Formats: sequence, C-alpha cells, structure tokens
Amino acid sequence: MNLKEVLLKPIFKGNPITVLVLGICSSLAVTVQLKGACVMALSVTVVTGLSSFVCSLLRNSIPNRIRIIVQLVVVSLMVILVDQVLKAYAYSISKTLSVYVGLIITNCIVMGRIEAFALGNKPIPSLLDGLANGVGYGLILVVVAFFRELLGSGTLFGFRIIPESFYEAGYMDNGLIILPPMALILLGIIVWIQRSVQKDLQEEE
Amino acid sequence: MNTNGNTYTVIYSTVLVVLVAAILAFVAISLQGKQNENIKLETVSKLLGAAAQADESFSIAEDADVLGLYAKHITDAFYVDGNGKRGDEMNMGKNNVKDIVVTTTSDLKKQNDIMKKIEAGDESLKGELDLPVYVFDINGRKITVIPCYGAGLWGPIWGYIALAEDGKTIVGTVFDHKGETPGLGAKITEKFFCDEFKGKSFDMDNGTVFTVAKPSALKYPEHGVDAISGATITSQALGKSINIWAKNYGPYLISAAAENAVPAETPEVTGTDENVNVEE
Repeated sequence: MNLKEVLLKPIFKGNPITVLVLGICSSLAVTVQLKGACVMALSVTVVTGLSSFVCSLLRNSIPNRIRIIVQLVVVSLMVILVDQVLKAYAYSISKTLSVYVGLIITNCIVMGRIEAFALGNKPIPSLLDGLANGVGYGLILVVVAFFRELLGSGTLFGFRIIPESFYEAGYMDNGLIILPPMALILLGIIVWIQRSVQKDLQEEE
Repeated sequence: MNTNGNTYTVIYSTVLVVLVAAILAFVAISLQGKQNENIKLETVSKLLGAAAQADESFSIAEDADVLGLYAKHITDAFYVDGNGKRGDEMNMGKNNVKDIVVTTTSDLKKQNDIMKKIEAGDESLKGELDLPVYVFDINGRKITVIPCYGAGLWGPIWGYIALAEDGKTIVGTVFDHKGETPGLGAKITEKFFCDEFKGKSFDMDNGTVFTVAKPSALKYPEHGVDAISGATITSQALGKSINIWAKNYGPYLISAAAENAVPAETPEVTGTDENVNVEE
C-alpha cells in the first residue's frame, strides 16, 4: 500500500466523520468553541496514531480470542495519558472537555482503525493511518466549531470577531447554533458538499 | 508459536495489564504536583470569585493574577471546629503567593465524612472537625467565605459561600461539580442559579439552616432558593450539603457575628470566647 495514499485518504476521500460516519457524538459535543475543538482534535490524533502504532507492533503476538480486550487496554492507556497531561498542562481546557476526553476510548474511529488497518499492517503505515484519521476527524471538528463559535458567540478562539457596532445595530448571536442539533445540521451540510464534489460516493439510481 | 493456547492467553493478558498499570502509576505520580497546583489555583479563584460578588464594582479579569489578588485581599484564613473553637491558621501567601494553603475537595470530603457521623448522633466528633474559614477584605467589607461539599446525583458537588458581616446573609456563591448531568444538574454552576442565593440567609434558629427546593416546598422563602427544574436530586443534594455544613459552622458564625456587631472589638478573638451563644 502506498504511504501517501494511507496518509491522504482519511483526510478527505475517506474522512472518518463524513464518509465512514464514525465519531459523530463527540463532534456534536465539543464543537461549541474552536479552542476546545482544536485540543480535542489533537488528543484524538495522538490517541489514534499511538494506539494504532502499538497495536500494530503487538499484532503478531496478540491472542486472537482476547484481541478486542487488548486493543481496549492499549487505547485506554493512551487516553488516560492524554487526560493526565491535559489536566497538568491545560487545566481549563481539560475542564471544558470534561468527560469527552475519557470518552475518546469509545470513539469508534480509534477501535475501527485498529481493527481494520493496524492489525493487518506494519507499524509505520499504521501510525500514519491513525494520525491521518485523527487529522481527518479534527478537520471536520474545527470546521464545525469555526461556524458554531462565530455564529453562536461572535468570537473565534475567544476573541471578538463580530464588531460591537453590529450588536448595537440590532445583530444578535444565534443561540440555536450553540445547541447540539445545529452541529448535526452543519455536519449534514458538509457531507452534502463532499458528496456533490466526490461523485463516486453517490449511490446509483 | 501458538498464540491461541490458554496458558499463553493468560500470561499475555497478565503481563500486558501489569505493564500498563505500571506506566499509568508512574505518569500519575510524576504529573501529580502540577495537577495539584492547578487544583489549588482553581480553588483560590473560586474563593475569591465568591467573595468578590459582595461588591459589584469588584471584578476579576479573566487573565488576572488570582494568587496575587487572593494574597492582597485575604485578611484571615484558619480552621474552626464544630464548636466554633479556632484552630490552626492557613498560610495566606502574604510573603510568597506560592505558599498559599487552601483546602481542596479531598480535604472537604474528609470533613464531610465526619459531619455525616455527627449527623448520625456522634456529637463528640464536633471537636475533631477542621473547617476552613476564609476572611476577605472586599473594598472595606469583611466577607467570610465557607465551603460546602456533598454527594450529588453522579458524583460530588461542592461550593463556596460568601457571607456578610452578620454571619448569615449570603452575598455570593460559587458552585462546582464532578459530573452532574449537562444541561440539568450541571446548571448549578451557572450565574442565574448562583445569583438566586444573594440576599438569602442562613436560618440559625429553626433546625434547617438552608433549603433548595421548589418554591411551594420552601417553608421560609428567605432561607432557601428555588431548585432547578429537571434536576431535583442535584438541587436537593446541594441544599442538604449547604444545610449540614452551615450547621457545623453555626457556632463559629454566630460568635463571629457577635464580634462584628461590637465595632470597637478587634477581630482577633473570634470564636475563642467560652460564653458564645452555641446553637442548641
């Protein structure tokens, strides 16, 4: 398998959120603010990359019967490490992300990529595949968070973007966009755009 | 090698789990110092945040040096027991903000466990309580901040309550929780709920000091606030924890209020007076 394809496919053509439709729940929950989305994207990328790498290293020694359990142990190790590091060095963000860092364990992308790719491939391609899937996930997260924070709070990374004069003229932040359903609608729009660009994703009539 | 045999599977999983546990233990211990510092910083900012609500002109900027502000405005920090007797002092960081000592939630949990035993009837444990009291000077007002702690729906909930000079009127509150339901119980941290407490007071005479319940269930509206709809268990748990904590602080608060009522008195002798009016 071509390394370049491994690296690029999950970012657009085989994006875990918009094409594989994995990891939807956390993308609804942590996209209210861009900052949280970026940290979450980074955390997931680290976790998917490292756990794919470790599982791929172990792939020939793992007893087949306890395969999933071993994967879970590896994934939870990585997640707890990320959680601990965030608590030590990015405390306020770790509070905003709260349970969702811990819930990376249940993020389908992580286990999905280990099962589908890491167990059948060498460590380096697995690492790249994990990282690329994390980036693909993060990309969507950041795009959704960009619109939600801009339209929902009028800020980006906490800095005010929409000028005060707009508010004085009667502009109001859209409270609805802060709520989870709007994230789903935004995701839907992204999927729509992707499918109209990428014709091979469309079902035949 | 046969990787599917029973022996191999058992040995493999044992080694893996022990290895992972060792890594996690090592990381947890090496990052603990840094994490505790974060927790301390957060506690300090919550204490200050509760006290600051006493004066609307006193606002804390988001990037403010919280430790410095705390050291500047705190005038007294110490422990009292359940009889109102003053114990050890806490370092207020007047010389070096790194030395600030505050009680974190794990300390509060220990006190809460003792309180539960007292509630169950073991009154002799009152002397063993080490309840933290923080006294701030907010633009000339003497504001006392006390914590509360208890079990919510999913995990612990806690908070800091700022009291006016009379030792019972609430001037500010900050609440926090470990993992209450987002959108329901988690709302106890929000401003609209905390603001409800302002102006309400502790009822030191009638047994129940404070209640959080629906308006129709509030016997004394001035000694309670409206619960959050859909979060009955969290709200009631919060009311219960405020009640039990305030009850144990009662003897101290009453004697401190008596001190404050006499203007010429120095605030030094708080709680050491043997003749204080101890709650029945």
